[in-house]
Amino acid sequence: MSKFKKKKGGDLPAISTASLPDIVFMLLFFFMVATVMRDSTLMVSNTLPAADQVQKLDKKDRVMYIYAGKPSDRYQSKYGTQARIQLNDKFATVQDVGAFVLAERASKRQELQNVLTTALKVDGETNMGLITDIKQELRKVNALKINYTTRLGAYTQNFN
Amino acid sequence: MPKRSAPEVNAGSMADIAFLLLIFFLVTTTIETDSGINRKLPPIEDVVDPPVIKQRNIFTVVVNKNNDLLVEEKPMNIKDLRAAAVAFLDNGGGKGEEACNFCQGEKDPSSSDNPDKAIISLKNDRETEYQVYIAVQNELVAAYNELRDREYLRLNPNDGLTFTQADKIYSDPRTTPSTKEALKKKLDVVKLLFPQKLSEAEPSKTN
Repeated sequence: MSKFKKKKGGDLPAISTASLPDIVFMLLFFFMVATVMRDSTLMVSNTLPAADQVQKLDKKDRVMYIYAGKPSDRYQSKYGTQARIQLNDKFATVQDVGAFVLAERASKRQELQNVLTTALKVDGETNMGLITDIKQELRKVNALKINYTTRLGAYTQNFN
Repeated sequence: MPKRSAPEVNAGSMADIAFLLLIFFLVTTTIETDSGINRKLPPIEDVVDPPVIKQRNIFTVVVNKNNDLLVEEKPMNIKDLRAAAVAFLDNGGGKGEEACNFCQGEKDPSSSDNPDKAIISLKNDRETEYQVYIAVQNELVAAYNELRDREYLRLNPNDGLTFTQADKIYSDPRTTPSTKEALKKKLDVVKLLFPQKLSEAEPSKTN
């Protein structure tokens, strides 16, 4: 009869899931863009101290990281509980810091080599002696821009 | 002739693939939140003739191995440190050439002459805890920021910004170069009024 005859009604039409991949892809791209891969696994406990007068760290490619703190639980049997320095994926001594900085600096692009910042990610309970030694080593290799990485919070959280 | 529709490609599993990727990125993601206190270390050089600095222009802060604070030879609680540092920097007790015309302090002759001359000296023990050191640093930077905020507002009343807010805009990579240029001038003026002169002594050894 007519062309516009209703199809046989009754059962519900299936909801099209064709746009579902689009939605998921959108989320995927968001996380891909926002993601920063962790480049070294932490081998030291790293509870950063709190501070509120903070400045944002420079772009990622201009920063080198030095971690320090007590070795985490599974390394304590081997390395003891004294605070240690971690460079890349290895425990290191104070003497290694200079060589590490020079190697990092050499691996960066020419124009960035003079604007590098050293981020010190140090556990709050570390003694200042170790940090002073690190700073002394940094001065020796002329890596003078440093950043004490902290978490945002009132300074009173540092006293417990 | 019966109508034949083109066979549809089944896109049902596409979502599964996308989800797999999504979950991978969700797990490996750490959204950048790093921030901290920026400092500049002094270069190693032999100072042949150390400049003579008047004792009243130095504000000494000592942290001992029990994390106690000694400010200007007197024990102090850390919550009073910020106010004490502000009072010292903003004192402006100088006369003649060293007078400070924007300071609002008490003009105490036994405290600093001019913010330009005032030096905060921080000394810590090798056994001081890092988090206490950071707390002290934080309070000293806060004192500088407080004064710089005040001066920035006084000099640029129409901006409706404080020094710290302006500095944040300045260091934001999305800010346009022209805005940056304008901000840099204003920031530098204030930085010159209250230069951050924070000196760190070599730590003392514990016997």
